Amino acid sequence: MVDASGERVADVVVRGGLVAEVGPDLAVPRGATVLEADGCLVSPGLVDLHTHLRQPGAEDSETVETGARAAALGGFTAVVAMPNTDPPVDSAAVALEVLALGEGAMCRVAVAGAITMGRAGERLAPMGELASLGVRLFTDDGTGVQDGAVMRRALEYARGFDVTLAQHCEDEALARGGHMHEGEWSSRLGVPGIPAEAEEMMVARDIALTRLTGGRMHFLHLSTARSAALVAAAKAEGLAVTAEVTPHHLTLTHAELAGYDPVFKVNPPLRVQADVAALRAACGDGTLDAVATDHAPHAPERKDDTLDAAPPGMLGLQTALPVVLGALCGSAGNGAGGDGGGRHAAPRHGAPAMTRAAVLGLLSWRPARIAGLARDQGGDQGGPIEPGAPGNICVIDPAATWEVDPVRLASRSRNTPWAGRAMTGQVRHTLFRGEPVVVDAEAQR
Amino acid sequence: MTRPAAMAGAARTTAPVVVRSGELSKGGRRHLLSVAELGAEGIEEILEVSDAFVEVGRRSIPKVPSLRGRTVVTLFAEQSTRTRLSFETAAKRLSADVLSFSVDTSSVKKGESLRDTVETVAAMGVDAFVVRHTSAGAPAAVARWVDASVVNAGDGWHEHPTQALLDCYTIRQVLAERSGRPSQGAGVGCFVGLRVAIVGDVRHSRVARSLVLALGALGAEVTLVAPGSLLPPSLEGWPVTKVSYDLDAVLPHVDVCYLLRLQSERGAGAFLPSVREYSAWYGLTSRRAALLGDGALVMHPGPMNRGVEIADDVAALPQSLVLRQVSNGVAVRMAVLFMLLGQVGSGGAAPDLAPTLAPTPGTVPGA
Repeated sequence: MVDASGERVADVVVRGGLVAEVGPDLAVPRGATVLEADGCLVSPGLVDLHTHLRQPGAEDSETVETGARAAALGGFTAVVAMPNTDPPVDSAAVALEVLALGEGAMCRVAVAGAITMGRAGERLAPMGELASLGVRLFTDDGTGVQDGAVMRRALEYARGFDVTLAQHCEDEALARGGHMHEGEWSSRLGVPGIPAEAEEMMVARDIALTRLTGGRMHFLHLSTARSAALVAAAKAEGLAVTAEVTPHHLTLTHAELAGYDPVFKVNPPLRVQADVAALRAACGDGTLDAVATDHAPHAPERKDDTLDAAPPGMLGLQTALPVVLGALCGSAGNGAGGDGGGRHAAPRHGAPAMTRAAVLGLLSWRPARIAGLARDQGGDQGGPIEPGAPGNICVIDPAATWEVDPVRLASRSRNTPWAGRAMTGQVRHTLFRGEPVVVDAEAQR
Repeated sequence: MTRPAAMAGAARTTAPVVVRSGELSKGGRRHLLSVAELGAEGIEEILEVSDAFVEVGRRSIPKVPSLRGRTVVTLFAEQSTRTRLSFETAAKRLSADVLSFSVDTSSVKKGESLRDTVETVAAMGVDAFVVRHTSAGAPAAVARWVDASVVNAGDGWHEHPTQALLDCYTIRQVLAERSGRPSQGAGVGCFVGLRVAIVGDVRHSRVARSLVLALGALGAEVTLVAPGSLLPPSLEGWPVTKVSYDLDAVLPHVDVCYLLRLQSERGAGAFLPSVREYSAWYGLTSRRAALLGDGALVMHPGPMNRGVEIADDVAALPQSLVLRQVSNGVAVRMAVLFMLLGQVGSGGAAPDLAPTLAPTPGTVPGA
C-alpha cells in the first residue's frame, strides 16, 4: 500500500463507500468481494488535473461518460474537466450541465471554469458564481490569457474566492501558425514552428503577475527546461505557484514528427531531449507538483489529416500510469521511458530514479490538493488510505505487460501516441466511492 | 526501382539487361517523398536514367511505350504551371494514361476531406499520385492512405525533390559538355567540392531544402545567402558549409549561383522591410553578376521575379540555365516515374525505349 505516509504491506476493507479497516492479514468479512492485489501497489485513486471531456460540443470526440470510463481504467478516481467546450464553461449553466453529466460517471468529474468570457481573453468570467458551484480551478486552456492587464485583474479578483488560476502558457504572437516545436526538425520538415520562448515568456510574465498580485497560479503542461527553471526560482522566492507536466513531455521529442504523423501533434509541442531530461529532473526535485494527462481526444476524421490541418492533442488517461512509472522510476521496461532503448526511450541524463510513492504523489495526492479535492479541503481525493477515508483507490500491477490497441481504448477517439507499444505496469482495479468500477483491467459498467 | 540497361537501341541488341533495386525501393518503398531518402547512390542512379530520357526527348517523336497501361494522377492542391505540365508531359511521353486533378475543381471544396478524395481517386485504379500541396507532409499522408506510388511535386516549405534532381542533372550536363565528354556515364564526381551559393528565401523554400540535401549528399560545398529573417530557425543536420549575409562577398567564390524565388508577400513588412530593399541587398543585378567568376552558372527554379531576385539582363546571359532546367525537368521526371512504375510493367526487364511508332524491332533509328 502506498500513500502520502509511505509504503507498507496491508489489506484494505472497504464498506459502504468508505475505508473500514487497514492492516496486515485482515479477515475477509462474510459476503465481501475480494480483489486480489498480490505484488500490486494499492494507492489512493489518481487525480487528473487536465482532462478534455469535449462535452458539450464535440461529443463525437469524447463524452463525459466515455472519458470517465477511460479515466477509471487508467486508475483515476477524479478528473478536472477543462472548460474549452462549446459553449465554454464561462457560465453557471454550462458548469451545472457538465457537473450533472458527471453525476453517474465512473469517476468524479470536477469542472474548471474559464478565466474570461468565451475564453476570448477580454472580460472576466463570473468566477464568484462558478466558485459557489464548487469550481476551484480557472483557465482559458487551449489558449493563454494574452493581455497582461487582464491576467492581472483576474489574479486580483480571484483572491477572494480561494480558487487557483491555471495558465496555458503560450504567447500567440510568437506561436501563431506553428504546428510543432521550432528547431531542428521543424526546419528540416518545413513545418512552421512554435519556439520554446513562446511558453517561457508567459511563464515569466505570470510569475511576475503572481508576485504583483499575491495571487495563486498553476502552470499547465510545462514543456521546456527553462519553464521548469523559472518555476523553481519562483518557488524559491516563496510565490504561490504550482506546475504540472504531461506524460508525453516526459517521454517524447519532436523527432517523432519526422514522418508527419499528426498523432504526435500536440500543444505545447513535443520538445527536445534536453527538455525531456530537465522535466524529469524537475519531477524529482519537487519543482513540478503533478503529472497531468492533457487527455485531448479528437475524432479520427479530423485528426487523420495533413499535419497543419490536424488539431493538436493526444489521448492520455489510459496510458499515463505505465508511461510515467517508466519515465520516472526507471524500473518499468516499457518503451515509454527508462533506459530500455527503443524509439521512444530517453536517456535519463543522470536524473535519479524516483520512488514509486513519489511518482504516485505526482499522480494522486499532490494534484488532488491543487484541484481543491483533498480531504482537508472538503474533498474526497488523494488519500491517505485510512479508516473513514472515502473508498477511492486504485490497484496497480507494476509488472503486468500489455499492448496499447487504440481500438480497445475506452475513449471515443483513437489518437494515442502509444499505439502498438508494449507497456509495463497496469491498473488492475479501481474503486470509486467503494464501488469496484474496474476489476482485472476491465470496466465493470 | 528498375534501372534501364543502356541506351535505347543498344538495349535491344547487345547490351546485357541489368535490373537492380535502387535506393527508392529499399524496404519496399515505392515513393519519392524526399531527397533525404535517396542518398548519393540513389541520386546518381536517377541522373543516369535521366540521360536515357534526354536522348528520347531529342527524337522526332519523343515518346516511348514504357508505361503503357499505367495510370498517373497529378493531384495539385496549389497553383502550379510548370511542374504540372512537366510531370504530365513526362507521363505522356512514357505512354501512361494521365488524369489531372486540381483542388479548385474538385470535391475538396465541397467539404470532402483530402483523405476521402485521395482514396476515391485511388479506387478508380491508379498507379501513381504526383502530389503538390500547400501542406508540408501531404504527400507522406497520401502515401499512408493509398497503395499507389507517390511522388512529391512540392509540399509546403518541405521539399520539391524532382526540382533538385533536375537542377543536379543540369549542372552535371553543363559541366560534362564543357569538359567535352558525354553526360552519359559521367557519374557525379563533378559535384565534389563544387561551390554553390543558394540565395534568398531559404526559410520558406522547398526547393532549397531538397537542393541542399542533394548537393550535400553529392559532396558539394553549399553556402546559404539570405537575410536573417529568411533563414530557417535551425540548420542542425543541414549539409551546409557556410551561411552568409553578404552576397557581394560570396559571388566571386562560387561555381553556381542559385537564386530562389521571393514570394511577394514576404516583402510586405513581416519578413523584409520591402521588396525593394531585398533586391538592393540580395538581387542578382548586372553589377553583381559581374562579380561572378568566369564560367560560373546562374540558376533559378522559376517562375522568376525579374527585377527582384534576378535582373532581366542577367536572366538572358549565356551562363543562365533557366530554360535548360525546364527542358531537363521532363526527362528527369520521366526517369522518376519510370523507376517507380516501370518494374512491373516491363516484367523486370530493361525499359522499352523503342519509339512507339517503330516499324519493327531491330530497326530502331540509331540502333
